[in-house]
Amino acid sequence: MTTATLENTSAGSADAAIQSFTVTFLIRRYDPEVDSEPRWQDFDVEMYATDRVLDALHKIKWEQDGSLTFRRSCAHGICGSDAMRINGRNRLACKTLIKDLDISKPIYVEAIKGLPLEKDLVVDMEPFFASYREVQPFLQARTTPEPGKERIQDVASRARFDDTTKCILCAACTSSCPVFWTDGQYFGPAAIVNAHRFIFDSRDDEAKVRLDILNDKEGVWRCRTTFNCTDACPRGIEVTKAIAEVKQAIMRGKP
Amino acid sequence: MSTTTTRTPTAPEKPATEKPGGTLYRGREGMWSWVLHRITGVAIFFFLLVHILDTSLVRVSPEAYNAVIAAYQTPIMGLGEVALVGAIVFHAYNGIRVILVDFWSWATRNQKVLFYVVIGLWVLTMLAFTPRHLINVFSH
Repeated sequence: MTTATLENTSAGSADAAIQSFTVTFLIRRYDPEVDSEPRWQDFDVEMYATDRVLDALHKIKWEQDGSLTFRRSCAHGICGSDAMRINGRNRLACKTLIKDLDISKPIYVEAIKGLPLEKDLVVDMEPFFASYREVQPFLQARTTPEPGKERIQDVASRARFDDTTKCILCAACTSSCPVFWTDGQYFGPAAIVNAHRFIFDSRDDEAKVRLDILNDKEGVWRCRTTFNCTDACPRGIEVTKAIAEVKQAIMRGKP
Repeated sequence: MSTTTTRTPTAPEKPATEKPGGTLYRGREGMWSWVLHRITGVAIFFFLLVHILDTSLVRVSPEAYNAVIAAYQTPIMGLGEVALVGAIVFHAYNGIRVILVDFWSWATRNQKVLFYVVIGLWVLTMLAFTPRHLINVFSH
Protein backbone atom coordinates (compact mmCIF):
# COMPACT_ATOMS: atom_id res chain seq x y z
CA MET A 1 0.00 0.00 0.00
CA THR A 2 2.67 2.44 1.02
CA THR A 3 4.85 1.36 -1.87
CA ALA A 4 1.97 1.99 -4.25
CA THR A 5 1.64 5.56 -2.97
CA LEU A 6 5.36 6.11 -3.27
CA GLU A 7 5.36 4.79 -6.82
CA ASN A 8 2.50 7.08 -7.71
CA THR A 9 4.23 10.20 -6.49
CA SER A 10 7.53 9.33 -8.11
CA ALA A 11 5.78 8.51 -11.36
CA GLY A 12 3.92 11.83 -11.15
CA SER A 13 7.05 13.92 -10.69
CA ALA A 14 8.85 11.95 -13.39
CA ASP A 15 5.98 12.69 -15.78
CA ALA A 16 6.32 16.41 -15.21
CA ALA A 17 10.04 16.25 -15.89
CA ILE A 18 9.74 14.41 -19.21
CA GLN A 19 9.96 16.85 -22.07
CA SER A 20 7.51 16.70 -24.94
CA PHE A 21 8.07 18.01 -28.47
CA THR A 22 5.84 19.33 -31.22
CA VAL A 23 6.51 17.10 -34.18
CA THR A 24 5.27 17.89 -37.68
CA PHE A 25 4.04 14.97 -39.73
CA LEU A 26 3.57 15.23 -43.48
CA ILE A 27 1.22 12.47 -44.48
CA ARG A 28 0.48 11.48 -48.06
CA ARG A 29 -3.32 11.36 -48.16
CA TYR A 30 -5.50 9.83 -50.82
CA ASP A 31 -9.27 9.47 -50.72
CA PRO A 32 -10.42 7.75 -53.91
CA GLU A 33 -13.89 9.33 -53.56
CA VAL A 34 -12.56 12.90 -53.46
CA ASP A 35 -8.98 13.05 -54.76
CA SER A 36 -7.79 12.34 -58.26
CA GLU A 37 -4.17 12.39 -57.05
CA PRO A 38 -2.58 11.76 -53.65
CA ARG A 39 -1.77 14.95 -51.73
CA TRP A 40 0.41 15.88 -48.75
CA GLN A 41 -1.20 17.12 -45.55
CA ASP A 42 0.65 18.25 -42.44
CA PHE A 43 -0.25 17.70 -38.80
CA ASP A 44 1.42 19.02 -35.65
CA VAL A 45 1.42 16.48 -32.86
CA GLU A 46 2.70 16.75 -29.27
CA MET A 47 4.99 13.76 -28.76
CA TYR A 48 7.44 12.26 -26.26
CA ALA A 49 10.79 10.86 -27.36
CA THR A 50 9.64 7.37 -26.40
CA ASP A 51 6.46 7.56 -28.50
CA ARG A 52 6.22 5.71 -31.77
CA VAL A 53 5.09 6.94 -35.16
CA LEU A 54 1.99 4.78 -34.66
CA ASP A 55 1.13 6.84 -31.55
CA ALA A 56 1.28 9.97 -33.69
CA LEU A 57 -1.05 8.43 -36.27
CA HIS A 58 -3.44 7.47 -33.44
CA LYS A 59 -3.33 11.00 -32.03
CA ILE A 60 -4.06 12.48 -35.45
CA LYS A 61 -6.91 10.07 -36.09
CA TRP A 62 -8.42 10.43 -32.62
CA GLU A 63 -7.90 14.14 -31.99
CA GLN A 64 -7.41 15.94 -35.32
CA ASP A 65 -8.75 14.14 -38.37
CA GLY A 66 -10.81 10.98 -38.00
CA SER A 67 -10.70 10.30 -41.71
CA LEU A 68 -7.00 9.34 -41.63
CA THR A 69 -6.87 5.71 -42.74
CA PHE A 70 -4.16 3.21 -41.88
CA ARG A 71 -3.83 -0.44 -40.86
CA ARG A 72 -2.64 -1.62 -37.48
CA SER A 73 -3.57 -4.62 -35.43
CA CYS A 74 -1.28 -5.69 -32.60
CA ALA A 75 0.71 -2.43 -32.47
CA HIS A 76 3.71 -4.36 -31.13
CA GLY A 77 5.66 -5.32 -34.23
CA ILE A 78 4.41 -8.84 -34.74
CA CYS A 79 1.23 -8.72 -36.87
CA GLY A 80 2.84 -6.93 -39.81
CA SER A 81 -0.10 -4.60 -40.50
CA ASP A 82 1.48 -1.16 -40.30
CA ALA A 83 4.39 -1.22 -42.71
CA MET A 84 4.69 2.22 -44.28
CA ARG A 85 7.31 4.53 -45.79
CA ILE A 86 8.63 6.74 -42.98
CA ASN A 87 11.09 9.42 -44.13
CA GLY A 88 11.56 7.54 -47.37
CA ARG A 89 12.27 4.11 -45.89
CA ASN A 90 9.96 1.19 -45.25
CA ARG A 91 9.42 0.76 -41.52
CA LEU A 92 6.78 -0.51 -39.11
CA ALA A 93 5.05 2.52 -37.58
CA CYS A 94 4.79 0.63 -34.28
CA LYS A 95 8.55 0.01 -34.11
CA THR A 96 9.79 3.46 -35.13
CA LEU A 97 10.49 5.65 -32.12
CA ILE A 98 10.33 9.45 -32.27
CA LYS A 99 13.78 9.67 -30.63
CA ASP A 100 15.29 7.86 -33.61
CA LEU A 101 13.94 10.43 -36.08
CA ASP A 102 15.14 13.95 -36.84
CA ILE A 103 12.20 15.97 -35.50
CA SER A 104 13.71 19.34 -36.50
CA LYS A 105 12.28 18.52 -39.93
CA PRO A 106 8.81 17.22 -40.81
CA ILE A 107 8.45 13.45 -40.75
CA TYR A 108 7.19 12.10 -44.05
CA VAL A 109 4.74 9.21 -43.82
CA GLU A 110 3.32 7.55 -46.92
CA ALA A 111 2.01 4.19 -48.08
CA ILE A 112 4.39 1.44 -49.20
CA LYS A 113 5.30 1.55 -52.87
CA GLY A 114 4.52 -0.86 -55.69
CA LEU A 115 1.13 -2.09 -54.48
CA PRO A 116 -2.17 -0.45 -55.55
CA LEU A 117 -3.00 2.48 -53.25
CA GLU A 118 -6.50 2.17 -51.79
CA LYS A 119 -6.76 5.00 -49.27
CA ASP A 120 -4.23 7.14 -47.37
CA LEU A 121 -1.72 4.61 -45.96
CA VAL A 122 -3.66 1.49 -46.98
CA VAL A 123 -2.63 -0.52 -50.06
CA ASP A 124 -4.13 -3.60 -51.70
CA MET A 125 -2.00 -6.48 -50.38
CA GLU A 126 -3.53 -9.12 -52.67
CA PRO A 127 -0.70 -9.21 -55.28
CA PHE A 128 1.72 -9.65 -52.38
CA PHE A 129 -0.20 -12.56 -50.85
CA ALA A 130 -0.79 -14.10 -54.30
CA SER A 131 2.95 -14.58 -54.83
CA TYR A 132 3.26 -15.78 -51.21
CA ARG A 133 0.68 -18.53 -51.88
CA GLU A 134 2.43 -19.49 -55.12
CA VAL A 135 5.59 -20.73 -53.37
CA GLN A 136 3.60 -23.27 -51.30
CA PRO A 137 4.54 -21.94 -47.86
CA PHE A 138 3.48 -24.99 -45.86
CA LEU A 139 5.10 -28.26 -44.78
CA GLN A 140 4.80 -31.07 -47.34
CA ALA A 141 6.22 -34.34 -46.03
CA ARG A 142 5.84 -37.63 -47.88
CA THR A 143 6.54 -39.73 -44.79
CA THR A 144 4.41 -39.89 -41.68
CA PRO A 145 6.15 -39.71 -38.31
CA GLU A 146 5.93 -42.67 -35.94
CA PRO A 147 2.58 -42.64 -34.13
CA GLY A 148 2.77 -40.35 -31.13
CA LYS A 149 6.16 -38.93 -32.18
CA GLU A 150 7.19 -35.64 -33.70
CA ARG A 151 9.41 -35.24 -36.76
CA ILE A 152 12.95 -35.22 -35.42
CA GLN A 153 15.30 -32.45 -36.52
CA ASP A 154 18.76 -31.77 -35.16
CA VAL A 155 19.87 -28.33 -34.05
CA ALA A 156 22.10 -27.70 -37.07
CA SER A 157 19.29 -28.51 -39.53
CA ARG A 158 16.94 -26.19 -37.68
CA ALA A 159 19.51 -23.40 -37.67
CA ARG A 160 19.74 -23.49 -41.48
CA PHE A 161 16.38 -21.79 -41.94
CA ASP A 162 15.99 -20.11 -38.54
CA ASP A 163 16.37 -16.59 -39.95
CA THR A 164 13.52 -16.96 -42.45
CA THR A 165 11.05 -18.30 -39.87
CA LYS A 166 10.85 -14.78 -38.42
CA CYS A 167 8.88 -13.27 -41.32
CA ILE A 168 5.64 -11.49 -40.34
CA LEU A 169 4.46 -10.81 -43.93
CA CYS A 170 4.37 -7.03 -43.50
CA ALA A 171 5.52 -6.46 -47.13
CA ALA A 172 8.18 -3.93 -46.06
CA CYS A 173 10.81 -5.88 -48.03
CA THR A 174 8.79 -6.56 -51.17
CA SER A 175 7.61 -2.96 -51.43
CA SER A 176 11.18 -1.64 -50.94
CA CYS A 177 12.44 -3.55 -53.98
CA PRO A 178 13.11 -1.43 -57.11
CA VAL A 179 12.54 -4.51 -59.27
CA PHE A 180 9.11 -5.09 -57.71
CA TRP A 181 8.08 -1.43 -58.24
CA THR A 182 8.58 -1.68 -61.99
CA ASP A 183 7.84 -5.38 -62.53
CA GLY A 184 4.70 -6.51 -60.73
CA GLN A 185 5.26 -10.11 -61.91
CA TYR A 186 8.37 -10.57 -59.73
CA PHE A 187 7.73 -12.86 -56.74
CA GLY A 188 9.36 -10.35 -54.43
CA PRO A 189 11.64 -10.89 -51.41
CA ALA A 190 8.92 -11.96 -48.96
CA ALA A 191 7.71 -14.87 -51.11
CA ILE A 192 11.31 -16.05 -51.61
CA VAL A 193 12.02 -15.75 -47.86
CA ASN A 194 9.00 -17.95 -47.10
CA ALA A 195 10.01 -20.44 -49.80
CA HIS A 196 13.52 -20.49 -48.24
CA ARG A 197 11.95 -21.37 -44.88
CA PHE A 198 10.59 -24.66 -46.32
CA ILE A 199 13.23 -25.36 -48.99
CA PHE A 200 15.91 -25.67 -46.30
CA ASP A 201 13.69 -27.51 -43.79
CA SER A 202 14.94 -31.12 -43.55
CA ARG A 203 11.40 -32.32 -42.64
CA ASP A 204 9.96 -31.05 -45.94
CA ASP A 205 10.14 -33.17 -49.12
CA GLU A 206 8.98 -30.76 -51.81
CA ALA A 207 12.01 -28.43 -51.95
CA LYS A 208 12.50 -29.36 -55.62
CA VAL A 209 9.00 -28.13 -56.52
CA ARG A 210 9.62 -24.77 -54.87
CA LEU A 211 13.04 -24.43 -56.48
CA ASP A 212 11.38 -25.10 -59.86
CA ILE A 213 8.77 -22.41 -59.16
CA LEU A 214 11.47 -19.88 -58.27
CA ASN A 215 13.77 -20.89 -61.16
CA ASP A 216 11.80 -18.59 -63.42
CA LYS A 217 12.36 -15.36 -65.32
CA GLU A 218 10.25 -13.66 -62.64
CA GLY A 219 11.73 -15.77 -59.83
CA VAL A 220 14.96 -15.38 -57.87
CA TRP A 221 16.92 -14.32 -60.96
CA ARG A 222 15.10 -10.98 -60.94
CA CYS A 223 16.93 -10.09 -57.71
CA ARG A 224 19.51 -7.35 -58.37
CA THR A 225 20.97 -7.39 -54.83
CA THR A 226 20.05 -3.79 -53.96
CA PHE A 227 19.75 -4.81 -50.28
CA ASN A 228 16.76 -2.50 -49.78
CA CYS A 229 14.84 -5.53 -48.45
CA THR A 230 17.51 -6.42 -45.89
CA ASP A 231 17.54 -2.81 -44.69
CA ALA A 232 13.74 -2.60 -44.52
CA CYS A 233 12.99 -5.87 -42.71
CA PRO A 234 11.62 -5.02 -39.23
CA ARG A 235 12.53 -8.52 -38.05
CA GLY A 236 16.18 -8.20 -39.06
CA ILE A 237 16.01 -11.06 -41.57
CA GLU A 238 18.98 -11.09 -43.96
CA VAL A 239 16.63 -11.18 -46.92
CA THR A 240 19.16 -10.76 -49.71
CA LYS A 241 21.32 -13.50 -48.18
CA ALA A 242 18.30 -15.84 -48.12
CA ILE A 243 17.61 -15.06 -51.79
CA ALA A 244 21.29 -15.74 -52.63
CA GLU A 245 21.03 -19.13 -50.86
CA VAL A 246 17.96 -20.03 -52.93
CA LYS A 247 19.83 -19.01 -56.12
CA GLN A 248 22.68 -21.32 -55.17
CA ALA A 249 20.29 -24.15 -54.26
CA ILE A 250 18.72 -23.87 -57.74
CA MET A 251 22.17 -24.09 -59.34
CA ARG A 252 23.04 -27.15 -57.21
CA GLY A 253 19.63 -28.66 -57.94
CA LYS A 254 19.05 -29.43 -54.27
CA PRO A 255 18.82 -27.45 -51.00
CA MET B 1 -18.03 9.91 -34.92
CA SER B 2 -19.56 12.72 -36.90
CA THR B 3 -16.21 14.22 -37.88
CA THR B 4 -14.94 11.22 -39.85
CA THR B 5 -15.58 12.74 -43.27
CA THR B 6 -14.64 16.36 -42.52
CA ARG B 7 -11.12 17.71 -42.65
CA THR B 8 -10.08 19.88 -39.75
CA PRO B 9 -9.02 23.46 -40.49
CA THR B 10 -6.08 23.08 -38.09
CA ALA B 11 -4.28 20.99 -40.68
CA PRO B 12 -3.50 23.24 -43.64
CA GLU B 13 -2.63 21.47 -46.84
CA LYS B 14 0.80 21.74 -48.41
CA PRO B 15 1.03 22.95 -51.99
CA ALA B 16 0.29 20.10 -54.32
CA THR B 17 3.57 20.68 -56.12
CA GLU B 18 5.56 19.35 -53.20
CA LYS B 19 6.63 15.80 -54.06
CA PRO B 20 3.39 14.86 -55.83
CA GLY B 21 4.65 11.39 -56.67
CA GLY B 22 5.77 10.56 -53.15
CA THR B 23 9.28 10.79 -51.73
CA LEU B 24 12.28 9.17 -53.36
CA TYR B 25 12.99 5.84 -51.67
CA ARG B 26 16.03 6.37 -49.46
CA GLY B 27 17.97 3.25 -50.28
CA ARG B 28 21.50 2.81 -49.03
CA GLU B 29 24.80 1.75 -50.65
CA GLY B 30 23.28 -1.37 -52.22
CA MET B 31 20.56 0.53 -54.04
CA TRP B 32 22.86 3.30 -55.29
CA SER B 33 25.45 0.82 -56.50
CA TRP B 34 22.66 -0.86 -58.47
CA VAL B 35 21.51 2.50 -59.91
CA LEU B 36 25.07 3.36 -60.97
CA HIS B 37 25.57 -0.14 -62.36
CA ARG B 38 22.44 0.20 -64.49
CA ILE B 39 23.32 3.72 -65.74
CA THR B 40 26.92 2.78 -66.62
CA GLY B 41 25.70 -0.47 -68.20
CA VAL B 42 23.25 1.31 -70.52
CA ALA B 43 25.87 3.95 -71.36
CA ILE B 44 28.44 1.28 -72.27
CA PHE B 45 25.83 -0.51 -74.39
CA PHE B 46 25.25 2.61 -76.47
CA PHE B 47 28.98 3.17 -76.82
CA LEU B 48 29.46 -0.40 -78.07
CA LEU B 49 26.60 0.06 -80.55
CA VAL B 50 28.27 3.15 -82.03
CA HIS B 51 31.69 1.49 -81.85
CA ILE B 52 30.51 -1.52 -83.90
CA LEU B 53 29.01 0.85 -86.47
CA ASP B 54 32.17 2.97 -86.81
CA THR B 55 34.42 -0.08 -87.00
CA SER B 56 32.24 -1.67 -89.68
CA LEU B 57 32.70 1.51 -91.74
CA VAL B 58 36.13 0.20 -92.74
CA ARG B 59 34.30 -2.37 -94.90
CA VAL B 60 32.34 0.46 -96.58
CA SER B 61 35.30 2.69 -97.36
CA PRO B 62 38.64 3.29 -95.63
CA GLU B 63 38.26 7.06 -96.20
CA ALA B 64 34.96 7.19 -94.30
CA TYR B 65 36.55 5.16 -91.50
CA ASN B 66 39.51 7.55 -91.30
CA ALA B 67 37.17 10.56 -91.20
CA VAL B 68 35.25 9.10 -88.26
CA ILE B 69 38.40 8.14 -86.35
CA ALA B 70 39.78 11.65 -86.92
CA ALA B 71 36.63 13.02 -85.28
CA TYR B 72 37.37 10.81 -82.26
CA GLN B 73 40.74 12.46 -81.79
CA THR B 74 39.29 15.87 -80.93
CA PRO B 75 39.65 17.10 -77.30
CA ILE B 76 35.87 16.84 -76.73
CA MET B 77 35.94 13.15 -77.58
CA GLY B 78 39.06 12.87 -75.42
CA LEU B 79 37.04 14.09 -72.43
CA GLY B 80 34.26 11.71 -73.46
CA GLU B 81 36.78 8.89 -73.27
CA VAL B 82 37.47 9.79 -69.63
CA ALA B 83 33.73 9.39 -68.95
CA LEU B 84 33.69 6.11 -70.91
CA VAL B 85 36.64 4.65 -69.01
CA GLY B 86 35.08 5.85 -65.74
CA ALA B 87 31.84 4.02 -66.57
CA ILE B 88 33.63 0.84 -67.64
CA VAL B 89 35.91 0.80 -64.59
CA PHE B 90 32.96 1.22 -62.21
CA HIS B 91 30.90 -1.39 -64.04
CA ALA B 92 33.80 -3.84 -63.97
CA TYR B 93 34.66 -3.46 -60.28
CA ASN B 94 31.03 -3.39 -59.21
CA GLY B 95 30.35 -6.42 -61.41
CA ILE B 96 32.96 -8.34 -59.40
CA ARG B 97 31.25 -7.10 -56.23
CA VAL B 98 27.85 -8.36 -57.45
CA ILE B 99 29.34 -11.79 -58.28
CA LEU B 100 30.91 -12.00 -54.81
CA VAL B 101 27.63 -10.91 -53.17
CA ASP B 102 25.80 -13.70 -55.00
CA PHE B 103 28.27 -16.49 -54.28
CA TRP B 104 30.04 -15.75 -51.01
CA SER B 105 28.03 -15.29 -47.82
CA TRP B 106 30.72 -13.11 -46.23
CA ALA B 107 30.35 -10.67 -49.13
CA THR B 108 26.56 -10.74 -48.80
CA ARG B 109 26.92 -9.63 -45.17
CA ASN B 110 29.61 -7.04 -45.94
CA GLN B 111 28.30 -5.62 -49.21
CA LYS B 112 28.52 -2.04 -47.89
CA VAL B 113 32.25 -2.40 -47.20
CA LEU B 114 32.70 -3.88 -50.67
CA PHE B 115 30.85 -0.92 -52.20
CA TYR B 116 33.38 1.47 -50.65
CA VAL B 117 36.20 -0.81 -51.83
CA VAL B 118 34.76 -0.48 -55.36
CA ILE B 119 34.64 3.32 -55.02
CA GLY B 120 38.22 3.36 -53.68
CA LEU B 121 39.54 1.20 -56.51
CA TRP B 122 37.64 3.35 -59.01
CA VAL B 123 39.24 6.54 -57.64
CA LEU B 124 42.71 4.94 -57.74
CA THR B 125 42.27 3.71 -61.31
CA MET B 126 40.94 7.05 -62.49
CA LEU B 127 43.76 8.94 -60.74
CA ALA B 128 46.25 6.80 -62.64
CA PHE B 129 44.44 6.99 -65.97
CA THR B 130 43.05 10.52 -66.28
CA PRO B 131 46.29 12.66 -66.14
CA ARG B 132 48.14 10.35 -68.53
CA HIS B 133 45.20 10.29 -70.93
CA LEU B 134 44.60 14.06 -70.86
CA ILE B 135 48.28 14.73 -71.53
CA ASN B 136 47.94 12.57 -74.65
CA VAL B 137 44.72 14.28 -75.71
CA PHE B 138 45.93 17.85 -75.33
CA SER B 139 49.56 17.46 -76.47
CA HIS B 140 48.80 16.02 -79.94
